[in-house]
Amino acid sequence: MSKEEKKVNRRDFLFTASYTIGAVGLGAVVWPLVHQMNPDKAQQALATTEVDISQIEPGNSITVLWRGKPVFLKRRTPEEIAEARAVNLSDLPDPQKDEERVKDGKDEWLVMLGVCTHLGCVPLKDKGDYNGWFCPCHGSHYDVSGRIRKGPAPTNMEIPKFEFVDNNTIKIG
Amino acid sequence: MSDHEYTPKSKVGKWFNDRLPLLTLGSHLTDYPTPKNLNYWWTFGGILTFCLLTQIITGIVLAMHYVAHADLAFASVEHIMRDVNYGWLIRYIHSNGASMFFLAVYIHIFRSLFYGSYKSPREVIWIIGLLIYLLMMAAAFMGYVLPWGQMSFWGATVITNLFSAIPLVGESITTWLWGAYSVDNPTLNRFFSLHYLIPFLILGLVVLHIWALHVPGNNNPVGIEIKKPSKDTVPFHPYITIKDTFALLMFMIIFAGFVFFSPNVLGHSDNYIPANPLVTPAHIVPEWYLLPFYAILRSVPDKLGGVILMFGAIFILFVLPWLDTSKVRSAVFRPIYRQFYWILVLDVLMLGYMGAMPAEGIYLVLARVGTLYYFAHFIIVLPVVGLLEKTDPVPMSISEPVLTGGADPALARKDNEKI
Repeated sequence: MSKEEKKVNRRDFLFTASYTIGAVGLGAVVWPLVHQMNPDKAQQALATTEVDISQIEPGNSITVLWRGKPVFLKRRTPEEIAEARAVNLSDLPDPQKDEERVKDGKDEWLVMLGVCTHLGCVPLKDKGDYNGWFCPCHGSHYDVSGRIRKGPAPTNMEIPKFEFVDNNTIKIG
Repeated sequence: MSDHEYTPKSKVGKWFNDRLPLLTLGSHLTDYPTPKNLNYWWTFGGILTFCLLTQIITGIVLAMHYVAHADLAFASVEHIMRDVNYGWLIRYIHSNGASMFFLAVYIHIFRSLFYGSYKSPREVIWIIGLLIYLLMMAAAFMGYVLPWGQMSFWGATVITNLFSAIPLVGESITTWLWGAYSVDNPTLNRFFSLHYLIPFLILGLVVLHIWALHVPGNNNPVGIEIKKPSKDTVPFHPYITIKDTFALLMFMIIFAGFVFFSPNVLGHSDNYIPANPLVTPAHIVPEWYLLPFYAILRSVPDKLGGVILMFGAIFILFVLPWLDTSKVRSAVFRPIYRQFYWILVLDVLMLGYMGAMPAEGIYLVLARVGTLYYFAHFIIVLPVVGLLEKTDPVPMSISEPVLTGGADPALARKDNEKI
């Protein structure tokens, strides 16, 4: 090839332009095909659940379904709250104060996703070495505040977005 | 591809073959020169083809009766079992067929490991085979989800959650896989679609696998090249076809034994409980053929680390042809490698057992030892042994060990065993 032919000419421009437009067009077709797999509008519409909590005695808990996942609502006894707050933060793999996991003034209500942060199983209540939850799948132990203490799970059980509609009702989501 | 010229005898055949040389292909396949010393471990290719076709045929039939909806799937499977004519038979063939498929593929893979079939010039055959194996695992996993029992649901939850270990984008990927905020109806629906697709992808890869095989030709128990095709090989048909058929019949007896006498022994009874997103079964176990990888996953006390090691256990096999430094293919002539080979076999079996046991105490310790050896075998043992090992003398040709057996029957028998 001689030197004159090496400089950018009309044909190079057409090649680059065609490839670019082609790539953009391909992307525009591929994205809908990928995005259709994300949660659809019907799934998103299920995003809030209201729960009546008036029947829950201290020390007891209930499990409700929110967006296909279980949510634990536990009404904790003063002893349990004290136990959760007595823990030294440096003993925790994922340090978090119990106060940060509940609403101010509603210390007795622990509302969290009942989903093990390891691989998504539902932990069993009142089991494990820390008086809280124990995941039977791969042996993660959670304490009375739902914080990971031992086992393969990397983080504490997640606290979903929720609010007290009134004293007897919690809205999750 | 073909080492001979082929002309159809009939006029119609010639007319057609000139336009699409299918008959030439057929002739290549029947005349394909095959090493004459292939043993029964070489019959599993044919057996695997049979398994794939069995799964496709029974699967298409099941799809005529199955309903891929979270509210109806469990009942539709029971409908197949109780109401559909011979539905029980077809479903049991399909569910046990998956296990038989994996049994055959594991024998096929370990055959390759023993006789060095993955080595040059057969690396591409090996890699295509591994891709088939990966697709088989994906298909089997999604198939296990379809009955929407407890094990289906929680198996799907655990496996899809593996992707949540990926930093930053993990959560989005899992939600994308689910099409919801947990394993739910959209998940079941898409798994059914993909479960139907994958066998045909496998079929395509099988064609490439065989094509790549027919370029260098078969490896063989002594692991040396064919010296004289006229002396060292036999035509594929009828010599290999009849041997494959005999082995297939033996295999089908075992297959039928499972289907008719203990169709549920390889499954988990919890999968006859409808899926319940609020209760996780006490012991989640995958199907037996995934247990070694499950044991590796659980042996690491870190989420991301466990996932990386589990996938690594499979992906390390892709570079195996380059990790093995030995010039000699067959373990028959590799006294040191041979011992490590059997340690690996026991190691994988042990990992499988640990995968079925709870991850605690001595089981966890043994699973960790097993995981350590698994990786050491490929990363340390194979390269080092290949360099240091003093291999036994390799015969001059495939025919030599047989023909020089001579008058001494004891010697001849010894040689035969070696082959």
